[in-house]
Amino acid sequence: MKRYLWTLLGAALLLALTYVIPPFQNYQLATVAAYLCATAGLTVLTGQNGQLSLGHGALMATGAYTVALMQNAIGNLPLSLLAGVVVTTAAGAVIGLAAARLRGPYLAGVTLAVAVVVPGITTMFDDVLGGDQGLTFYLAPPPFGYDFPFERWQAWIALAAALLTVLLLGNLAAGRYGREFRAVRDDEIAARLCGIHLARTQILAFVVSAAAAGLGGGVLAVLAQSVSPGAFSLTLSLFLVMAIVVGGLGSLAGAVWGAILLVALPDLTTRVTEVFALPTGLAQRLEGNLPLAIFGITLIVVMILAPGGLQGLFLRIVKRGR
Amino acid sequence: MMRNTVLTLAAALLVVAGCSSEAGSGGGAAVPGVTDTEIVVGTHMPLTGPASAGYSQIAPATKAYFDFVNAAGGINGRKITLKVKDDGYNPANTQQVVRELVLQDKVFAILNGLGTPTHTGVLDFLNSQRVPDLFVASGSRSWDQPGKYPGTFGFNPDYTVEGKILGAYVQQNLAGKKTCFLGQDDDFGRDSLAGVTAVLGDAGVAVKQTYTTSVTNVGPQVDAFKSNACEVVILATVPGFTALTVGTAARQAFTPQWIVSNVGGDYDTLAKSLGDAAPLLEGLLGANYLPAASAASDPWIQLFQKINTQYNAGAPFDGNTVYGMSVGYLFVQVLQAAGRDLTRESLIDAVEKGGYTGPGLGPLRFSADDHSGYGGLRMTKVTGTVQAYFGPTYETDSEGGPVNEYPAAPAAPPANGIPPAA
Repeated sequence: MKRYLWTLLGAALLLALTYVIPPFQNYQLATVAAYLCATAGLTVLTGQNGQLSLGHGALMATGAYTVALMQNAIGNLPLSLLAGVVVTTAAGAVIGLAAARLRGPYLAGVTLAVAVVVPGITTMFDDVLGGDQGLTFYLAPPPFGYDFPFERWQAWIALAAALLTVLLLGNLAAGRYGREFRAVRDDEIAARLCGIHLARTQILAFVVSAAAAGLGGGVLAVLAQSVSPGAFSLTLSLFLVMAIVVGGLGSLAGAVWGAILLVALPDLTTRVTEVFALPTGLAQRLEGNLPLAIFGITLIVVMILAPGGLQGLFLRIVKRGR
Repeated sequence: MMRNTVLTLAAALLVVAGCSSEAGSGGGAAVPGVTDTEIVVGTHMPLTGPASAGYSQIAPATKAYFDFVNAAGGINGRKITLKVKDDGYNPANTQQVVRELVLQDKVFAILNGLGTPTHTGVLDFLNSQRVPDLFVASGSRSWDQPGKYPGTFGFNPDYTVEGKILGAYVQQNLAGKKTCFLGQDDDFGRDSLAGVTAVLGDAGVAVKQTYTTSVTNVGPQVDAFKSNACEVVILATVPGFTALTVGTAARQAFTPQWIVSNVGGDYDTLAKSLGDAAPLLEGLLGANYLPAASAASDPWIQLFQKINTQYNAGAPFDGNTVYGMSVGYLFVQVLQAAGRDLTRESLIDAVEKGGYTGPGLGPLRFSADDHSGYGGLRMTKVTGTVQAYFGPTYETDSEGGPVNEYPAAPAAPPANGIPPAA
């Protein structure tokens, strides 16, 4: 019950915020929310169940392409997003079946292959999926008249998806399945001795996590009103993993930090290059590559100074304040 | 768990709100991006990634031309500022950076946004925000839809026009040779192929292959050309992939007559990519519509070289530099025509009024129902290390019209290098 109240409070806070901030920040907020769906899902899988996936970017792509195809075919947004989740859940079940039989580096290898193969599929079936150019689709304007800012509408869609995801995953983590997830993560043999079905638990974690990633990808497509393989490269999959680690592995609050980092870091780095008047040649070379480098450095620094991630650091500061 | 999440959220929101306060203060002006002393325009370019070869020099060249104009007092007392954002030729990044330019930086217009797949994704957004979308750096036919996208205008001759002119050259000078085609797997490649087959017929192109920029290997495509004994290969490729294709073919001892689209045929860019293998470019055919960077006696090149030395830190002077400055020149022309009372509407009206001449060889065809840009090209050939024009300039349309010679000579640049007020 308490959890629902907190969610309502969060929703009210966010709703108010979308009225205060300018359009581009609303768009960024929406992007954070879209990523949050994926990082929250990955947190359940990696942080709570101990399975590593390097292919969640590809699962996001699955959701995104489904939404694009559904929008072009039917044009009903809730239905399209639902279809995105369903298709990605199915894909997650297939990968999850394989994942349950694999450990550590082998699992990483399989999911890595998924991350590499999925963008390739889009060029393979370019007459349906549009190749590198991707697909664009129509998104109905907000149903509140002409003056209603489109970015605020997008933020609402994305935030609704993110809150729903976090609430459901929070419920899951707090309940019996969450305990089983963590038991399997901590000691597989002990978990089995307690009567937990290992493979079933791992597949469930993968499916849940895939569904969340699919929703996140679908929302990301809604924000751009287009999908293309470039948006879901291997780099995105790696970024997602880095984001949940830097954010704080295992807690959904850490996933929030991770999602914010995914949006804020590239933006920050371009500002940094603007502040320091670098020679044009060097600036050109750094631009685009710098976010990657800074993300890597952040990861290292956080791991050394705050092994609990940003969320661990945040909790420590809050506690010291009391 | 949920409480922690909401608390975290609240903390994060404070950060977001704190960051945004600075951005909100930019408004106030009646016309976004225009004050009494400044005009701010933005662009998106691949400064990194697979398509950055050569293209990353375009925006600095445009900027250099603006600096030259600004140093002479600007346009109606306003200095032009160009904000350049890197999108890495990735449509998802383009979405992000163009929103940043329009919503956050509040630019007056988007100028010369580069790339067919990248720019296609932001057409609807720019249209819904009523942002002028001038002189897109791509020859896709989608820019020319005045009814659907009233604010979008092309610059390059569209790829179908170019394809028809390249096809006509093959028909007249390489008749009977087996002709094949490699195109980028998007509107660029498709429109270009449509132009080539409009002239040569579908059966006139023996082997048709495509590539995607995300896969940096064209071995299979080159294999297909070689095993089918292609004698002429028309390339609708970006510079990096032109170099890759020519290099890959040479490794397989396959040397057909290459004919390259203007967007991927700049000699200096290709020679730089190929390095020691640059001699492979000998005899390379192509088409272009702006003065050749090597034409030292051309008055436009003399002007641009002077600006390049003074305002572009003497960056390498090649086709991309000429292109970037030509775009800058056209934009200044349009600003002059729009007059002192500059609004987004007056800018669009000025472009549609048409009648612009500049460095280009073919006609610039802007009117209320034509937003397509240059309509003609001239063939080029690499001899030694010099890429030079030969033969007449041709013009045609992107429909079924004939390919005609275009006799008019390009206009001379104004003495001070700045287009006069209309």
